[in-house]
Amino acid sequence: METRRGARMVIDPKVRQVGFVTPGSELGRPAAPEPPGAAAPVPVVANSPSPVIIPLLLIPDTSSLRTTPLPVPSPPSRRVVAAPPADDSMPLGSYNPSDAILGSSQGSSERTGNNDKHGSAPTDSLADMSLSNASTLAIRLEGLNVTNDGISNVLSTSTVRSAVAAAPTSVEHAFQTSSGQGIIGSVPAVSVDMAAAANPQADPRPMPLKDRTSKAERRAIQEAQRAAKAAAKGVGTDIAAIADGNVANEVKSSKPSSQKKGLSEKKPAVFSDKKPVVSSDKKPVVSSDKKSAEKASEKDKRKDIPAPRMQFDDEQRVAKAKRRSLIEQTEAKNRVELFRHLPQFLHGTQLPSLESKFFHEDPLHPHPSVFQVGLQYLTREIVGGNARCIAMLMAFRDMINDYSTPMEKTLVRDLTAKINSHVSFLITCRPISISMGNAIKFLKTRIASLPVTVSEFEAKHSLILEIDRFIQEKIVFADNEIVKHAVTKIRDGDVLLTHGSSCVVEMILVRAFELGKKFQVVVIDSRPRLEGKGLLRRLLGKGLHCTYTHINAASYAMQGVTRVFLGAASVLSNGTVYSRVGTACVAMVAHALGVPVMICCETYKFHERVQLDSICSNELGDPDALVEVHGRKDVYSLRGWADSKHLHVLNLMYDATPADYVSMIITELGMVPPTSVPVILREYRKVPYVM
Amino acid sequence: MGPIMKFQVVVLAGGMSKKLFPLVSKDVPKALLPVGNRPVLSYVLELLEANNLKDLIVVVAGEDAAVRVGGWITEAYDGRLHVEVAAVSEDIGTADALRAVLHRLVVDDVLVVSGDIVSDVPLGAIAAAHRRKRAVLTAMLCSSPSASTAEAISSTGKDKAKKPSPIDIVGLDTSHQHLLFLASGTQVDKDVKIRRSLIRVVDQMEIHMDLMDAHLYAFNRAILQEVLELCQGIKSIKQDLVPYLVRSQSKFGAIASGDTQTEAVGKTPNKDDSGQPQTPMQDIVPLPQHILPGVLHPASLELTCCVYIASEGKYCSRVNSIQTYGDINRDQVAGELVFLTGYTVSNQNNVIHPTAEIGSKTTVGPQCMVGDGSKLGDKCSVKKSIVGRHCRIGSNVKIINSVVMNHVTVEDGCLIQGSVICSNVHLQERANLKDCQVGAGYIITANSEHKAEALSKREKS
Repeated sequence: METRRGARMVIDPKVRQVGFVTPGSELGRPAAPEPPGAAAPVPVVANSPSPVIIPLLLIPDTSSLRTTPLPVPSPPSRRVVAAPPADDSMPLGSYNPSDAILGSSQGSSERTGNNDKHGSAPTDSLADMSLSNASTLAIRLEGLNVTNDGISNVLSTSTVRSAVAAAPTSVEHAFQTSSGQGIIGSVPAVSVDMAAAANPQADPRPMPLKDRTSKAERRAIQEAQRAAKAAAKGVGTDIAAIADGNVANEVKSSKPSSQKKGLSEKKPAVFSDKKPVVSSDKKPVVSSDKKSAEKASEKDKRKDIPAPRMQFDDEQRVAKAKRRSLIEQTEAKNRVELFRHLPQFLHGTQLPSLESKFFHEDPLHPHPSVFQVGLQYLTREIVGGNARCIAMLMAFRDMINDYSTPMEKTLVRDLTAKINSHVSFLITCRPISISMGNAIKFLKTRIASLPVTVSEFEAKHSLILEIDRFIQEKIVFADNEIVKHAVTKIRDGDVLLTHGSSCVVEMILVRAFELGKKFQVVVIDSRPRLEGKGLLRRLLGKGLHCTYTHINAASYAMQGVTRVFLGAASVLSNGTVYSRVGTACVAMVAHALGVPVMICCETYKFHERVQLDSICSNELGDPDALVEVHGRKDVYSLRGWADSKHLHVLNLMYDATPADYVSMIITELGMVPPTSVPVILREYRKVPYVM
Repeated sequence: MGPIMKFQVVVLAGGMSKKLFPLVSKDVPKALLPVGNRPVLSYVLELLEANNLKDLIVVVAGEDAAVRVGGWITEAYDGRLHVEVAAVSEDIGTADALRAVLHRLVVDDVLVVSGDIVSDVPLGAIAAAHRRKRAVLTAMLCSSPSASTAEAISSTGKDKAKKPSPIDIVGLDTSHQHLLFLASGTQVDKDVKIRRSLIRVVDQMEIHMDLMDAHLYAFNRAILQEVLELCQGIKSIKQDLVPYLVRSQSKFGAIASGDTQTEAVGKTPNKDDSGQPQTPMQDIVPLPQHILPGVLHPASLELTCCVYIASEGKYCSRVNSIQTYGDINRDQVAGELVFLTGYTVSNQNNVIHPTAEIGSKTTVGPQCMVGDGSKLGDKCSVKKSIVGRHCRIGSNVKIINSVVMNHVTVEDGCLIQGSVICSNVHLQERANLKDCQVGAGYIITANSEHKAEALSKREKS
């Protein structure tokens, strides 16, 4: 039984993670989770009773996992079909290891998801690392119940306990997600059996995943991805078993503390009839200090995050957000299934509705400057990470300047709330970038750290100074430093290639040209925005020698190129570069041809998040932008695409370039390999943005 | 709270209009000319009120007119709008009028609205477009009423006396967002001169004849003040100020891009310290561009005169000639615009005030409006016309395609066709009017017949 579950658990995420889930294919699936015939005890497969021991990132595990399913009586066709794509579809060789774990480390996904969400503090991750070394990873995912509550799908509880002396520590996660709608009322349990067949006899209860909706499946994709991140981070955690049913109940009394605390912290979890209880026969000696530390850090983390990302396939949440939002948002038709969790709205309707509200006066109405910036985001008049960030900060600066604390309110709280509402306004105009998120975080920390005694005038003054300083030091001076560093890498005779239009790269090129270096520039551009044209025009205006081509000629254009300079929207802590779509392609081509790829990115854009793909977090552009081809009036075959329900048009804005394809990241702190990103994050942001 | 969204509104209500000669008089300034039995100005004020703009400055030419307009506003909008009425001397241009209230303008942007607009365009959209582009000037354009005018002419019969409404010549960039050229048809003789430097910046330019300048502008306050103070020669907004700004934008643009280059490095984003901007342009160039040259599209950097083109479904028209006056009144009763007036429409598709008395066998056709307290005798026929308040109309009167204002007495057997009858006019028996405009207080003798005439009392000397 355990095997069955284990196997299924392992595979399900794979299926979901890999397959491009289409509405049609879902039809057969909901039944799958509980193979009816499989309810009977199943021969225990070799690896099931004992924990699967997985070295930190191991590929072999995949194969073992792939083999395990076969003896299991659950519908084989699914597995057979499902499993191979899991491997095939991994686009990046280097990332296979993590993906292999992706399937298996479902339990640990909780942790990663957590880390990722909360932007784990370095200490936390270190602890995990150390832990992982000693640990074995045994996973049996009993049931993965995914919440459709977008915000709350952070794990409810996680406890770390060390089992027996010298035994591998295990982290046990009760993956308690309460489904908001009560679709899946019952218990989710990420159960991992620990020390050798502790309770293999746990009774095979039909899984709670009764009616799995497609929503749940999509959630599963995300969970899987988080798991992948966990793996990538090297968080090896052992996950303790959860025995359910009767076994659980008896144990429950003994260790409710951690569980309950975890839950209560989060929110009242909905327990239905079956109690999901964490259990393991041997009482874990809870290393209390660790636990409390973790809890504390978790609390901190929770405080830090602006808000968990909204999942836009959650209808209730979306409806709620819509009511609150100032902009009327009509949802796009023909949403691409895999990207349903991203905000996607019809671009045509937003502007008029926002315009009509221009003079409205209600408490939620944003400050004029913020409103203006929002309009400019909406119409894409301000684009580019730095420009957007600066525009936002300047708008907030204006707002703070005009701000006066209402009666009976404190500046710190009221201003924070005000900033929050303005940020959510900006988000409805266009999802904010990671760098903007960092800037907002910075601003809010500054506000929160204002002494209570300070007068309103002084507080405002100091905040305005802080904003100015942030722009100055983190963006303007940082860019200058980056230019200084990068110029040293440009030699006479170089052929430099860049993609799109990055303002830092432009500054570098212009500066190098001014220094009299002799080089050529290849500008690679991509539809639909063709931002490279602007760059090209400006470079040509300065007198640089340029070549311009589109990304489909990248492999050709790359020949003879000696350096690739790329901008980035963000650099994530695993070294992944999150940047304008097309960057990954260029970086890979460059890598294949042995051309060094330099990413130019200010450190304020760095983020603790770990992301392996460009699916779980991205931004969707206007699909209609792809329909028209600039300068080709005769190309109109896509017109009216929305009427065909078989066609989905996807306009992604960003992609993730794995660290392997990045030779160097040029920051204002120097030129570092992508592996050093966590160091920068750790060392320079111990106290966030101490300057 | 200061003005909402940092916009102030100036309504140029005008005074006496020569174009509307027999209709406006000392007693009835242009702003109070009834359209659909309501003063023209009320449409603007209500448009503003609907857009939550409640602090207004109304500029009226002439002291008397200002008193009248002010009196009417306080009566009608007491407590709803906060209106300052400013009087300027008559016979000065619109720009001069604006200059007179310049010192009252304090916030970022100014919305200048002509008082004779009847429209339902969303002002927020204009303001938003203005802000979004950080424009110096945003002009609202609406599709020119030439088509409807043509119909009106044909329906009212030919009258050659009336000039065709002046056509505006509008130059736009391909995105239809920037204003590159603006001239009214009367100004242009044969050639349209366009600066080559402008074309160099924009590559392409579209010339539109089908758009009309609605005399609704958003100005950047700092620039407006600067320009109006520097160039005293600017008299009229439409003819001098707007073309001046439009012409200057490419010049300003050059300055702006020069700034970005020279100040690209290390300019402190500290607006407060710098105080007042030295040149107009410095204020426009947004700070991020100082810091990051070329982040934005260069075109948006240089072109700062924008347009907002009213969408098709929106109505916008100006009462600036007798013809448009008639058209608007007709449009209104034709049902298209009834929603603007706020009256409820009866089953017969007309608006008859409950206090109006209508005699037996009198028919009030569809698309008509009869004001309160008016009395219609027996066997009258009213078609496509507006009858004002407290009119006394005898028996056997036919009113077709006409506007009859308040307190008009029409005796038996009159025929009024395609005419505008002002207040307090007395039509004696069996008068026959066709395509006439009758000034206030005029008395038309019995059995007289007039065709295409403008009748008015001699001004008392």
